[in-house]
This record gives sequence, structure tokens and C-alpha cells, in this order.
Amino acid sequence: MHPIFRNKSWFAVYLTIWATLGVMLAALLRVPPSTLAWRDALVIAEPLCIFFAFVCLTPWYVCRQLPLASSDRMKLLVYHASAAILATAMWIGIARGIGYLLDLGGQLYSEAPPLIAVGLLLYLLSVALHYVLLAVEMSRQAALDARDAELRALKAQINPHFLFNSLNSITALTTSDPGRAREMCIRLSDFLRHTLGLGEREDVAWHEELDLTQAYLDVEQIRFGSRLQVEVHVDNECGDCRVPPLVLQPLVENAVKHGIATMVGGGTIVVDSCVRDGQLCVSVENCYDPDSPAPRRHGLGLRNVRSRLQTRFGAAGQLLTRADGNRFRAEIAVPCQNGRIIV
Amino acid sequence: MNNLRAVSVDDEDLARQLLREYACESGGVEIVAECANGFDAVKAIGELKPDLVFLDVQMPKLDGFEVLELIDPPPAVIFVTAYDQFAMRAFDAHAVDYLLKPFHVDRFKKSLERARARLGEPRPRPAELTAAARPPGQKLERLVVKDGSKVHIIPIHKLDYVEAQDDYIALRSDKKTYLKQQTISSIEGQLDPGRFARIHRSYIVNLERIARIEPYTKDSRVAVLQDGTQLPVSRSGHAKLKVIWGEDV
Repeated sequence: MHPIFRNKSWFAVYLTIWATLGVMLAALLRVPPSTLAWRDALVIAEPLCIFFAFVCLTPWYVCRQLPLASSDRMKLLVYHASAAILATAMWIGIARGIGYLLDLGGQLYSEAPPLIAVGLLLYLLSVALHYVLLAVEMSRQAALDARDAELRALKAQINPHFLFNSLNSITALTTSDPGRAREMCIRLSDFLRHTLGLGEREDVAWHEELDLTQAYLDVEQIRFGSRLQVEVHVDNECGDCRVPPLVLQPLVENAVKHGIATMVGGGTIVVDSCVRDGQLCVSVENCYDPDSPAPRRHGLGLRNVRSRLQTRFGAAGQLLTRADGNRFRAEIAVPCQNGRIIV
Repeated sequence: MNNLRAVSVDDEDLARQLLREYACESGGVEIVAECANGFDAVKAIGELKPDLVFLDVQMPKLDGFEVLELIDPPPAVIFVTAYDQFAMRAFDAHAVDYLLKPFHVDRFKKSLERARARLGEPRPRPAELTAAARPPGQKLERLVVKDGSKVHIIPIHKLDYVEAQDDYIALRSDKKTYLKQQTISSIEGQLDPGRFARIHRSYIVNLERIARIEPYTKDSRVAVLQDGTQLPVSRSGHAKLKVIWGEDV
């Protein structure tokens, strides 16, 4: 269906434009040497224009089948020219028909050439506008697709290693420590619910991202036991800054997977977040074993976070990483916008 | 029926605890040692010579495949891991079984039966078998060598050259030589051909270390390394270098 029918008010505006065009056409029909009365001119022009309003919606279907960029030029020309001739023939036919009904006889014949020109022009104009409309629709669709892809990627980020290892820990705890098994189930559910629920969200408050990260860390802490130590320092004022979802958790997951998990004795992850000069500044620091082989998927999580920060904040959205000896540090700096993010 | 003597290797306490519990419940198997990282595993398996090893893949220091590479004679191995991406590699490495966490105790018992059935079978030499287990296209990032009870890790960029010595290869790195039981052809397949070239039947060299090529006799040449070491270059070796560096070698 033509997009104009999706919205009643658009359709009303469209018909109003054509009614106005009808008045202008009536005026044109009265240009001397024509002796047409206003009443007769309007009776011809208005129904004609309203009828043509519908005819001029048909290019939507033709244009959709013949995209400008990928269609053969000859084919474009033949199809649109034939459609234009057909439409103009209808335009003239209706005008003549009304003239005949009003018994105007030969009065309309002198108006034929300008009338044909107006009909043809109106039709071709509508073809051009439809191509513009299609381009707008396509770019809107592309934006939607991009967002979908991003969210799919987010959900796919739930690391299966993490999930299955956690379930294995729960299996172990069910006999030895049922209380902790229950606690771990609940924290794992919190994490999954949060992550899976992010699909519909464009941004989240920083405190929500911290909660999600904490749920993740609680689960990992049961898995890794004393090998994983966590220190979190958060300034109160950061809590309301809005950020794209899943920007902190992947950094912390990296720190666990490529940092703590590579150390025999484990280590500490230090998360720091504060607001400085209107900027939300976050850092995640951990130790790692520089001798451990670089994992194949390495950097995917980081790249993903970086690209999402840049999509949202442009050049103002930064993610820097630094490896120094056996310490790794990731830093985020983005404008802290309370309330809605201005895109 | 004798109890199977098994070593369990996993970096997570809870995972080892679960395995202990399953072993207890199944009977017929005794966990004689538990290790939380690759180094400890190599040491414990070397000393205790267990019938069976339960081996996690991702661990600190050495991964499961590297552990396996360093143990001679190789024990029967059951890989225990959370994810199936290593399954193909594990079977290429002649693993007895592959357990995906979390698993049921019945599945564990089936694994034990399988291990028992395969106990007497000869197994290929570890280094060769892990070479086969490496996914094609993925080249070595580092080499692991066992020297008595010590394990050395040689990052690939620190390897100067490899020399064939009967059933062994000598790896030269940082002015030290490490012996490893592997053939030169097998390690040649594992090294990145863009960084290493087999210049002679018995030598593979790190291309970045070569300072110049000098004529030796009428038909042969030597490669002089940056530290002055001279390595023979065969005619076909010279042809390979020409392909890499162009005609003016």
C-alpha cells in the first residue's frame, strides 16, 4: 500500500494540495482568449484534479520496481514514458468528458495544448517526488536495520563460556552449598534479564550499567573465588549520566577473561568512575599475564564498545586502552548528559 | 578391577569439586591430584604418571593442548570444557572423550568406561599430535618446551632458528638452546611461512635474523645471522629465499 494511506492527516493534506491545484487550473482555463465562466472552469478542474490525485499515486509502484541506480536507462525511459502518456490521456479524456456533460462544445478545444502540458508535468513531477520518497524510506529502513544489527550484536555478546561455566559452578554448589547455588542462580538471572532486556533501549542511566556489571561480577566472583578481587569507586553524581547500554560490562568481562583468568593467583579489578568538567570518566584496570597467547577474539568486545560510543557521541566519545608491563587499563570519556541524550 | 588413577586439571575450584564428587559417586576412579594451572599439571602428571587426566582447555600459563604436548608418554585424556569450539581439536589430539560443562554424572560414567576400554592403546607422540590438532591456518604464537621439571615458553618472535637433531629439534632463542621431541617437518608446518623458512634439510630460520647470505662452496651458501651464527643454505633453500626476497639474494 502507498505510504500516504498510512496516515489520515497526510492523505488529507495531499488532497487539499490537489484541490488548490484545481483552483489554479480553473484560473488557467479562463486565460483569454478563453471565455469559460468561473463556475464551469471549477466544475471541470476540481473533479479532474481529485481524480488525478489518485493517478499520481501509481508511480509509487512503478518507481519501486525500477530503482534509479540499478535499472537499465532504456527500460526506465520506456516504462515511465508509457505510464506518462497513459496518465495524460486519462487526464485529457476526463476533461473532455466533463466538457461534454456541461455541453461546452468547442469552448475547451483551444485549451487542449496547455492542458496536456499541465497533465504531463504534474505526472512527471509526481514520479520525481516518488523517487525522493523512496530514497527517504530506504535511508530510514537502513537506520532501523543498523540499530537492529547493533542490538543483535549486543545480545550475541553474552559469552557462552561464561554462561556454561556459571551453570557448571551452580551444578557443583547444589550439593555442597545450596544457599550459594541459589544466590548464583538469582544473580545470573539478574544479569541475563538486564542484558536481554536492553534490546529496546537506546540508552541507560550510568547506575543501571553499574548494576548490570555488578550482577556479572557477583557471578564471576563465585566462579573464581578468592582469585577475583573487585574494587569499585563511584562518584554519586555520575549515576544519572546517560550512556549506550553495555559499555562498562564488556570492559569488565575483558578484564576477567583476558586478565584475572590468565593469572595463577588471580588479581584485582579496579573500576573507577567520576564526573570531571561535564565528562563522565571511567576506568577499568586489571593485571594480566603478558606471556599468555593473545586470544583470537581479542579486542572484539573493545572494538564494539568503541564503535558504539562513537556512533552516539561522535568524536567526543572516547575509549582508550593501555598495556603497561603486566597491567591493562581501559578508559572511557564521554560527555555526561543528564536526561535524554541529544543525538 | 583396579581403580583408575586420575589427575584433574581446572582453574576453577568449583569445577574440580564437582569432578571429585562425580568420581566418588561413580567409583572405580581415584583423583590422585588436582591442579589449578598448566604448569602444576605438567609437573603433577610427570611425577604421578596417572592413567587418566581430566583437562580443562582455558587455563592460566599453559592451555590444555600445551599441557598435553609436554607430557611424554601421553596419558589418556578427557577434555572438560564449557564450550564446543575445541571439540574437533580434542579428537584430533586423540582425546578419549570430550565433556561439555555442565554434564550429568551418567555422562561422566560413560566417559570412564571409554577411558577404560582405551587404556592399553598406543598413543602418538604428544608434540606431533597437538600439531595435528592445531586448526589449519592458525600459526603458532609461542612454543612450549619441557626441561626436566621446568617448562619454558618461547614467544615465536624470540625464536632465532630450529635445528634438526635426530628425533629432536633444537630451538635457539635468546642465546639459549632448548631440546624438544618433535620432527623438523612437523614444526615447519606449524610456523608462519612469512616469518620462517626452511633453508636446509636440518635448519629453519627466522627471516628477520638473517644479516646476509654468503657463498660457501661453488654450489652452497651460508646464512649469516645478526649474532654471527652461520647456517648452511641448500640449493632449494636458496631458491625459497629468492622467492621471498627477490633475485638479488
